[in-house]
Amino acid sequence: MSFMNDLIHGADSKFDHTSLNALQKATLRAVVVSFLFYGLAALEGMIMRAASIAPSIKPVNGSVDHYFAIMTVHPIVGIFGSTYQLVFAAFLFLVPFLTKKPLYSIKLANATWILITIGTMASWLASFVYNYAPLYTLYWPLPADTTQFKAIGGVMFIVGVALIMVGTLLFIYNIYATVFSKVGVHKNKTTKELLISGFGIDGMLNLVHKLTGKEPYSKEPALSLPVVAIFRGTVDTFLDALVILSAGVLVLVYLFADMGGVKLDVASIDALLYKNWFWWGLDLVADGLVLIYVAGSWYLLATLITGQKLFMENVARAALMLELLVSWMVWSHHLLADQGQPEMMKLISGEMVTAFELLTQGLALFITLVTLWKARPLKMTMELKYLLGGLIGFGLAVPAGIIQADMAMNRVLHNTQWIIGAHVHIAIIVGLYMTLYSAVYVLWPLVTNNAKLWSTKLANAHFWLHLIGGIGMGAFMGMAGLDGMLRRHLYFNGEYNFFMILAAICGTMLLVAWLLFLFNVIMSVGLKGLIGIFLPSHNKEASYGIEPANA
Amino acid sequence: MTFLNSLELLAFHNVAYTVYSVLIIAIIAWFGYNLTRSEKAEPMVRIPFYGFIAFLVAAGVGHHIFTYNVVPWVAQDIMRESIKPDQVYKVTIEKHQFQLPSEKLVVECGQKVLFDVTSQDLVYGFGLFRKDHTMVTQMQVNPGSKNTILWTFHENGVFDLMSTEYSGPKGNGMFVPSIMEVRGCKTNVAQGGSK
Repeated sequence: MSFMNDLIHGADSKFDHTSLNALQKATLRAVVVSFLFYGLAALEGMIMRAASIAPSIKPVNGSVDHYFAIMTVHPIVGIFGSTYQLVFAAFLFLVPFLTKKPLYSIKLANATWILITIGTMASWLASFVYNYAPLYTLYWPLPADTTQFKAIGGVMFIVGVALIMVGTLLFIYNIYATVFSKVGVHKNKTTKELLISGFGIDGMLNLVHKLTGKEPYSKEPALSLPVVAIFRGTVDTFLDALVILSAGVLVLVYLFADMGGVKLDVASIDALLYKNWFWWGLDLVADGLVLIYVAGSWYLLATLITGQKLFMENVARAALMLELLVSWMVWSHHLLADQGQPEMMKLISGEMVTAFELLTQGLALFITLVTLWKARPLKMTMELKYLLGGLIGFGLAVPAGIIQADMAMNRVLHNTQWIIGAHVHIAIIVGLYMTLYSAVYVLWPLVTNNAKLWSTKLANAHFWLHLIGGIGMGAFMGMAGLDGMLRRHLYFNGEYNFFMILAAICGTMLLVAWLLFLFNVIMSVGLKGLIGIFLPSHNKEASYGIEPANA
Repeated sequence: MTFLNSLELLAFHNVAYTVYSVLIIAIIAWFGYNLTRSEKAEPMVRIPFYGFIAFLVAAGVGHHIFTYNVVPWVAQDIMRESIKPDQVYKVTIEKHQFQLPSEKLVVECGQKVLFDVTSQDLVYGFGLFRKDHTMVTQMQVNPGSKNTILWTFHENGVFDLMSTEYSGPKGNGMFVPSIMEVRGCKTNVAQGGSK
């Protein structure tokens, strides 16, 4: 087939968007938008990388207002616009696929990606047009500081974030409505049985019964392990959405009052209490849903790649339950440098409970590796390669975070490039995204009805550029952090240029990797196919592999 | 083993984390290589499952016990309310400006210095840096909270003051050069370029 034919019709004309059902289309729409937002986040990242070396470079032009506006929307676009979309798309497809039940609502699935897309763009525009820049941390009272920011920019930004959260709540409703629907294999299950399974309690009970010799040693759980991870992680997603929405409402009250000519006293809100509340919610993303969703994804990928049962499945289920206690109690590691924070909270929540993330994530890594090991020999497929990349990412990033969640280290590392480079960027770019890329390759034939991947060489080039670029960028940022470079500061005198130039080279590798991936996808589905994904589906089925009528 | 300043601690941390990084990448690469081989690979070390769990718990908790015992500023920070400082410096921050008690703060080696910092409006940071831009210490400064840090200096040098927390674009210029001088120590590691 010719290059032009592949560009228009997809590789060997194998992709037919008219053959896709409503569930497949809803999934693919969110995936496409997610990768476009990833590109935008990567571009923003590179603009900041360049400004870190030469602040006067275009488009920043030495303007701190512009630089911090970019820094404010970068995580909004990257985390919500891209990562949330990709994860939600995968799970809205996987829950029906794994439970053999139809998705509760295709309309809600489409509303989810549309709302998150509009919300992300609104927040982005608020920073682009008005330079609204309180950063994602929204430390009180900065988001309501109308001496530095225009109130209209703040309103636009917060409304955008609120739309993202509403979309998130719709996703949550859709997931739980699907899990709890009494159809198909769950026709005779009670809500209590599904709840017990969803929280991983049955895995814990199986372990206890085995240890105490109580018959039956093991009951077949109502929900498969990846669904348990999705169920459990979604609890944190829900709580996080409520916290962010509540903070948004608070900021809006102050901004609307300001626009109406009324000055409300910002001091009536305790900044430290607000910080605790906001970080509790925000940390449910970082230390709750990400770690749980990722663990569940690893388990799913390992079982799909090997075709075998998961090693130590009951322990894995019980660990997901343990993560419930851990993820709700770790937020104080973000406040170790806050001297007003009670010391006991720093010690217990900030240090000791946080340390247990090493256990939960270490367990997930161990279980995944042993499951793969027991199935040798395996073919080094794209999905296996990316899964191993994801394991490396979290293998590096989780200890980097745990190290800083320590009162001695935090004193000299808090707010430095160490945490955002060695921990956050490696966790997200290498750990999370490579896991998600693995899922993309596993689900590709299922979601596209066996469309052909245009180029394996490009896929391999993407893999190596992304892996080396991601680890390299995070590592060099981290090294700058060890030398005192702050994460939320623009340096004008080239203080850390040695590491910033190296980080920029690695960042360029990441950007090139994304372009290769995008090109490969476009050539695989074709421009017609890409447009066709967004056209209405003729097949209204919201399930995979079963007819709704038989459900 | 004791780490008296951030340079010593972070140098150790740099080596330890680099060794760990190489190790974890090597282990997963080894796994990846052997996953595809039909010949049975024998692991050099057999790690029992529950032994691995015990190791993770020990590493997570032991890390904090280790730093508590080798880094002097942890215990001092926890007990700062009951320790009598040799010097107290009250600092106020308002509208992105540091209001300092004097143009230069001069401290003798080994003195316990309490920085008592108040914010009148936003969340700021209070960070001391060496001339080579490495960090000495820092804390967050929340409005409406008591923000104190007790610090003992073990090295001669002149330090710069910087806000270590973002407080809007105006906060980017919160820098006071050569605000503090420490005298009387045997080491001059903070004079710059010691990395």
